[in-house]
Amino acid sequence: MKIQKPAMAGTLESSDCQVTVEKGQGTVELELSSSVINQYGEQIRRVIQETLTKLEVEDVKIVVVDKGALDCTIRARVECAVYRANEETGPWRELA
Amino acid sequence: MNQNKKRLRRTMMFLNAQKPGLIKDAYIYQPDSIMFDLEDAVAENQKDAARYSLYHGLKTIDYRGCEKIVRINGLDTPYWREDVRCAVAGGCDGIRVPKTESASQIKLVEGEIVKAERAYEVEAGKVLIMAAVESARGVMKAMDVCEASERMFGIALSGGDYTRDLQTHITGTGVELMGARQQLIIAARAAKVQCFDTVYTDLDNMEGFRKEVETIHLMGFDGKSIVNPRQIRVVHDIFTPSPKDISFSEKVVREIDEKKEKGIGVFTVDGKMIDIAFYDGAKRILDMAKASGVY
Repeated sequence: MKIQKPAMAGTLESSDCQVTVEKGQGTVELELSSSVINQYGEQIRRVIQETLTKLEVEDVKIVVVDKGALDCTIRARVECAVYRANEETGPWRELA
Repeated sequence: MNQNKKRLRRTMMFLNAQKPGLIKDAYIYQPDSIMFDLEDAVAENQKDAARYSLYHGLKTIDYRGCEKIVRINGLDTPYWREDVRCAVAGGCDGIRVPKTESASQIKLVEGEIVKAERAYEVEAGKVLIMAAVESARGVMKAMDVCEASERMFGIALSGGDYTRDLQTHITGTGVELMGARQQLIIAARAAKVQCFDTVYTDLDNMEGFRKEVETIHLMGFDGKSIVNPRQIRVVHDIFTPSPKDISFSEKVVREIDEKKEKGIGVFTVDGKMIDIAFYDGAKRILDMAKASGVY
């Protein structure tokens, strides 16, 4: 899936994360900030990358500001931002 | 029949499906049902975000026995079909249809559920339906609505919109809701589905809340919609049979069974006159006590 336009999803509330996506420069460029980056930084990066891979997004600049989100919330916000960038809706089963 | 149709539903706790902080651990408060709201609690420009949040929450979080119901957007919006697909794919137990005024609306939603169950390989008939009545017309059509589908497990009154339609407002006395409450509970009982009362939003008035719950319990409601975890205990206390009720109901059931054998129709238990008409009520109290984990 290609990023057609910049898009954002999520909030800066506790237990949430805010995800911004825009067209990249041919690769996945991830900028992550989190209050628990030392403990969970690798895990969060892995979840973001897995979600992008499932969505077949290979060219994106993605900025994630984490506020202690669970993995399922990170997935939900990344998907929402990517689909918003394409003005599409999730096919649900393929995202499982 | 789906065995969940008659499950215990003393409390249905509403929470905004768009808020991860709410959906991640709602089960710790142990409401009987969790109502994930895609409708009024979610801003118009966040409907999509709420669905992704709901879908992954349902797929991932273990709600430990709490029933998972999703309130979809109204049938007059462009959102409700996608809401149904998302909720069914995620694995919800039921769908709450808002602003219901006719049986045809329930059938419409049922059609979408059937399609979604097939598309996402969900067991056919797993997803139940409840209807929210929010208008004078809805109250007048309650019986038709209750009987609209085999999937229907209950009907609920939504007091805010209903009183607006009635050209009055929530007073805290309950007088403005009397007719609707009575009509809904009668319709629900006639159709053999459950009936749930509206939310009580004055969170600082716990005494008023308790009185309202006592009233709807006496009226015959099965439970109440709630908006805050601290309302749960009050509802469960009132709706869970007391040890005295359980003991009396046990005696009634036992005595009726024994006296029937001997051809005796009327007798006394603890000084009260009892006949066969008390049997079902006593059995229901024991069933409720079992479901509530106190018997």
